[in-house]
Amino acid sequence: MTSPTTPILTVHNLSAVFPDNNGGLQALDRVSFQVYPREFLAVLGPSGSGKSTLLRIIAGLLQPTEGKVSFGDHRQPRIGMVFQQATLMPWRTVIQNIMLPLELDGTDPQQARARARELIDLVGLQSFENHWPRELSGGMAQRVAIARALIHDPDLLLLDEPFASLDALTRERMWAELLRIWQARQKTVIMVTHSISEALFLADRVIVFSARPGRVKLDLNVDLPRPRTDEMRYTAHFGRLARRLKDTIE
Amino acid sequence: MSLMVVHKLTQQFRRSVVLSSRGIMATLTQRVIALRSWLGGLSVLLFLATWHLATRYGGLPAFILPSPAAVGQRFLRAVMEGLLIEHTLITLLEVMVGLVTGASLATLIGYGVAKSRLLENLLAPYLVASQAIPMVAVAPLLIIWFGPGLFSKFLICALIVFFPVLINTVVGVRAVPKVYYELMRSLRATRRQTLLKLEVPAAMPILLGGLRIGATLSVIGAVVGELVGSDRGLGYLIYVGRSQYDTALVFVAVFTLIAMALGLYGLVTLLEKTLLAWQEQPRL
Repeated sequence: MTSPTTPILTVHNLSAVFPDNNGGLQALDRVSFQVYPREFLAVLGPSGSGKSTLLRIIAGLLQPTEGKVSFGDHRQPRIGMVFQQATLMPWRTVIQNIMLPLELDGTDPQQARARARELIDLVGLQSFENHWPRELSGGMAQRVAIARALIHDPDLLLLDEPFASLDALTRERMWAELLRIWQARQKTVIMVTHSISEALFLADRVIVFSARPGRVKLDLNVDLPRPRTDEMRYTAHFGRLARRLKDTIE
Repeated sequence: MSLMVVHKLTQQFRRSVVLSSRGIMATLTQRVIALRSWLGGLSVLLFLATWHLATRYGGLPAFILPSPAAVGQRFLRAVMEGLLIEHTLITLLEVMVGLVTGASLATLIGYGVAKSRLLENLLAPYLVASQAIPMVAVAPLLIIWFGPGLFSKFLICALIVFFPVLINTVVGVRAVPKVYYELMRSLRATRRQTLLKLEVPAAMPILLGGLRIGATLSVIGAVVGELVGSDRGLGYLIYVGRSQYDTALVFVAVFTLIAMALGLYGLVTLLEKTLLAWQEQPRL
């Protein structure tokens, strides 16, 4: 997938230091990489390696101490973000939650509703559009969050350990769901995770971060064919790649 | 305040009812609910009967404890004379104006305090003081300054409502999880959108909790103000009844006040039911 086109996103020499009592806590240390259109990039690293900080800087929620993030066509991209918790608004129904981004940019409500319905179909929650978030399971809530992140047709989908709070079985089902959605929508994705198999199974490319301060230790092309199947996770090649990622982390 | 306790108990009861209602327990639960509403009526009847017997055989003179029947008659007479309605409306006006202005100001300032450390530090001593000073003690001062008319009552009610609503606003706004702000910012929401689509609905449950307390406090404020200095209102009616040994009239005024407080409380509950449908328990 890594075609030699112009990158949609360039992260250049990014450092982030958070003020604390002894001279500041360095979260990121001169991180550089590029992301290409429609690429699925996983950022893998131990907890506390600044992965989330990186994602927040890309989303414009945090300012870096040094370095910069630039976008392909030099305008702020539209961003769809999925957090570790679904962060649905409990006072909005499923469809109202999904419509939120369109409501904020002033899209016609009729049109917004129609697009929300399409996404509800895409994430397979047809009969739940008028349910309250409290009536959903963790996996369903996260699917609503994914639909919400996609509705305004973002240039960049940022996933911050989106499945970390789900149980193992639900998580693996969500991987397949996410791949299906990603293939249908052709988005550029940056996903932060600390799960090796999640990174390998989903991504075209895996960037491995060192423990604090986060530094790029490895930039690995995942040469597993698409579409990915469950079987691939038990092949020798998958095992070799996993081994390599594991050795890099430790 | 005892109303709060009753309400909490009812809610707990309702919750346990919901839990036990799954499956075959459903019909039994419905019976329990029916029984519960019957029990309420039964306890009121029992209360009236005890009261009646106490006046009949207790040997207390009517100016100490009038019988329920005497209070009922006094009530009818007060209504016929137009006395009760006139004074009730005055008190209701004081309560409503005080509640609305007090609660709106408290919400606005509370939002400012929640958002700005500077404002919080600036106002903290006054806010703490306004909680510490009993309104009964300040009421005479306000009446000296602003006269015995309606304005001083508006002020007393507004002041007494102010603090609980303000505290609840601050708590409600501060309790909005940070990640929701990140969500709004990642979608490039404006300040106004963040206020209307995130902060207001997120703080609403706690805000209405403050309003619920404020509503009953406002009634107390009005009566305190009227007792201290006024020639109108239910508090004044209590004062008149007491000085003329017309104890039945005092009872009439007190019961009217209770009805008013309950009505306001019910109104806030109704507001909660409409605005907070999303957090209601599933219906039986």
